[in-house]
Amino acid sequence: MIVPSLDSLPETARLSSADVAALSATRAARWRPGLPDAVHSEVFASARDASGTGLALALALDTLEARRAAQSDHPSAEKEDRRAILWVQDKSAVRLTGRPYRPGLPEALQGRMIHVYAENAQDALFALEEGVRCRDLACVIGEVSGNPRALDFTASRRLSLTAERHGVPLWLVRIDAGRDLSSARLRWAVRSAPSAPPRWNAQAPGDAAWAAELFRARTHAPGEWTLTQRGGALVADPKQRQPATVGMRLGKMSAKFPIAGPSSLSVRPEPVEGPLFSSGGPLEGSAALRQAQGERG
Amino acid sequence: MRPESSLIPRRILSVWCAQLALDRWRTGQGCKPGEGADADPLALITETAHGPRIDVANAAGRAGGAHAGMMLADARTLCPQLRAVPGDPAGDRELLEKLAAWAMRWGPWSAMDPPDGLLVDITAVAHLFGGEKRLLADAAHHFTRRGLHVRLAVAPTAGAAWALSHYGPPHCILSAEDDIAERLADLPVAALRLDDDVLAVLRRLGLKTLRQITNVEDGETGRDAIQRRFRNRRNPAANPLIRMDQLTGRVPEPLLPVVPQAMPLAQRRLAEPIRHREALDHVLADLAADMVRDLEGRGQGARRLELGLWRVDGEVTVRALELAAAVRDADHICRLFAEKLDNIDAGFGIETMRLRASWAEPLAMAQGDIEAAAHGHGTSLAACIDRLTTRLGPRAVSRPVLHPSHLPERAQRWQAPLEPEPVQQHELRFHARPLKLLDRAEPISVLYATPDGYPRRFQWRGEIHEIVRVEGPERIAPEWWREKSTTRLRDYYRIEDTQGRRYWIYRHGLIGDGRGNDRNGGLPDWYVQGLCA
Repeated sequence: MIVPSLDSLPETARLSSADVAALSATRAARWRPGLPDAVHSEVFASARDASGTGLALALALDTLEARRAAQSDHPSAEKEDRRAILWVQDKSAVRLTGRPYRPGLPEALQGRMIHVYAENAQDALFALEEGVRCRDLACVIGEVSGNPRALDFTASRRLSLTAERHGVPLWLVRIDAGRDLSSARLRWAVRSAPSAPPRWNAQAPGDAAWAAELFRARTHAPGEWTLTQRGGALVADPKQRQPATVGMRLGKMSAKFPIAGPSSLSVRPEPVEGPLFSSGGPLEGSAALRQAQGERG
Repeated sequence: MRPESSLIPRRILSVWCAQLALDRWRTGQGCKPGEGADADPLALITETAHGPRIDVANAAGRAGGAHAGMMLADARTLCPQLRAVPGDPAGDRELLEKLAAWAMRWGPWSAMDPPDGLLVDITAVAHLFGGEKRLLADAAHHFTRRGLHVRLAVAPTAGAAWALSHYGPPHCILSAEDDIAERLADLPVAALRLDDDVLAVLRRLGLKTLRQITNVEDGETGRDAIQRRFRNRRNPAANPLIRMDQLTGRVPEPLLPVVPQAMPLAQRRLAEPIRHREALDHVLADLAADMVRDLEGRGQGARRLELGLWRVDGEVTVRALELAAAVRDADHICRLFAEKLDNIDAGFGIETMRLRASWAEPLAMAQGDIEAAAHGHGTSLAACIDRLTTRLGPRAVSRPVLHPSHLPERAQRWQAPLEPEPVQQHELRFHARPLKLLDRAEPISVLYATPDGYPRRFQWRGEIHEIVRVEGPERIAPEWWREKSTTRLRDYYRIEDTQGRRYWIYRHGLIGDGRGNDRNGGLPDWYVQGLCA
């Protein structure tokens, strides 16, 4: 969702307080599937499974579907999205987690994928930026392993701005990476979760499930969900309470990567753009509200 | 005998370069006939399975006893000082192509008549040269100036013109009113452009001149007799009746005209050699603008571009560019070349630059300015792929396509992203496939209850996974039609471990299947090949 610049609007078109309240209510809402506004997201995952890629694809399909539904009443809207998606992998990501396999891709993406193999992170970033600037692409998926020097805050900010300007969403899977500085609007950490047993063979692995944690977001409160793709749609269940194991896992993860937020000790304050929500504290207001207040006062 | 439909009678000029290969060799040596290197006996030869064979010999060589078609060894016994030079049929053909394009000065279109002839349509153009006689004299003069020995003839049909140029008197003109069959009756049957074996058959039948064939035809059942003998020959070169009809104009003979195609080309000769990148970029921008104007005039877009840089010391550097779609946009071309010009060694300076579109495709006048549009609307897919392939290499950008194979790693191939997809059969829906496939399946050590039962636990990359859910096995047999008989089958399992991580693993072989490394089979190996979402 694009926030209109208030200066460009005529005086009468300025938001009334009720509108601002409504807007802030939508902004303050927790993340849920079916929001069309993801632009630049990062997914942190381990190299030992494909959970990061799986979640990125699921989120991408979810967002594209939501965007299509939002534009479906437009006369020029197309019935079916046939635009290509660009999938960029750097060398070590290919070595660790393999290449995408067409028969195993979600059906909507099978014939639409264009793969880019980059020798290093620098080339991968170049490919990501070129992809995000291309109007004929539905979205861009990137896989970069580790914390390469080229992928610093400046580079990620470049990606965010380009993606925002051209409206091509980007999901960047960070494989075995520490949570470094980034300007991604949504930052996820994901693990595989035990799947629900299928109906006909309870011994078999079921639909893919992921334990996803939204640990930093510009317009949403952080949270944890168990995400599943059920019948082609992304379904979010609130996190199951398993205090003992979760505490242990969180402790392990926070020892490895500093997790920001009130639920754990923030070791290093991260610079962020714009206001940031915290999950525990009172929600003061939305970004638009603050912006409006600041500009009026 | 002429076709009644055409009001203006057709006139064909046939040019026979009697010694094309030899003339071309002489031009290369820079000598006149019978002088310099040509004074000694010489033969142009072709290497065959039975040794070198003479294609053509010069006048001194012929006087010494060598003639075309002879083995070089035989000719050397007659003329020991005979010099052998390898012939160059490809070069001769290229020269003939150039001559065909050049011969359009005498008529609106011309056709090649390999290996050493040309046919020019001079219908209704002879008056521009002052009549057909003067046209022939003009053509003979120009060909002689190029150092080529030619025999020329003009006739209403291509067959008659060919026959006269090869077997008739020099500079022969057959007017439209003449009866072709009657005038050509004394020429040998070889004037019909027939294959050697057909000529041999005709010789054995006693048919030596065209008159004899015409007489047989005019008899009561003569034509039927020839028709019966050659009824299976559809090819005109193997059927004397078809050739005879073509000669007299009873059946039309289509000729394939040569259409010269000039590649779009832009060139700058620089007054001052350039050594700096800024100047190079500037000239490149000029060249690209010229190229785009040229392409626009033709209604084409470039698919492949070659930039040649001539240095002062004579070195030539060439940089080529392939584009994913036809492009006619100067900024886009400059931007892509800029990536390729980083490691140019200018030496003492570059004095000439040339941009050539060696592959162009039709492109309608629709496209706007990609670079300017990029700020507002983003680039097109083709432009995006061009930039990626220019920087990352042509193999870096690809699209997966299905390939008919049972083996998972062979079932997917990669092709260029904008190529049309081949027809393909999809995987069966009930085959669950992993989201990602490792480039090489990685060996794992597996704990199992029974050797051919479900796996219980496995170790991969130094970590132990406890398996809680299994589906399988899905047995994929080796493709016996392309693999060795000792290749083992694979049993695939989809598994999930305690933490919910899902993998696609397989057991390579069965116990006691007699395949594998030793004769007894040995224990099967386990591999992880795919990661499921």
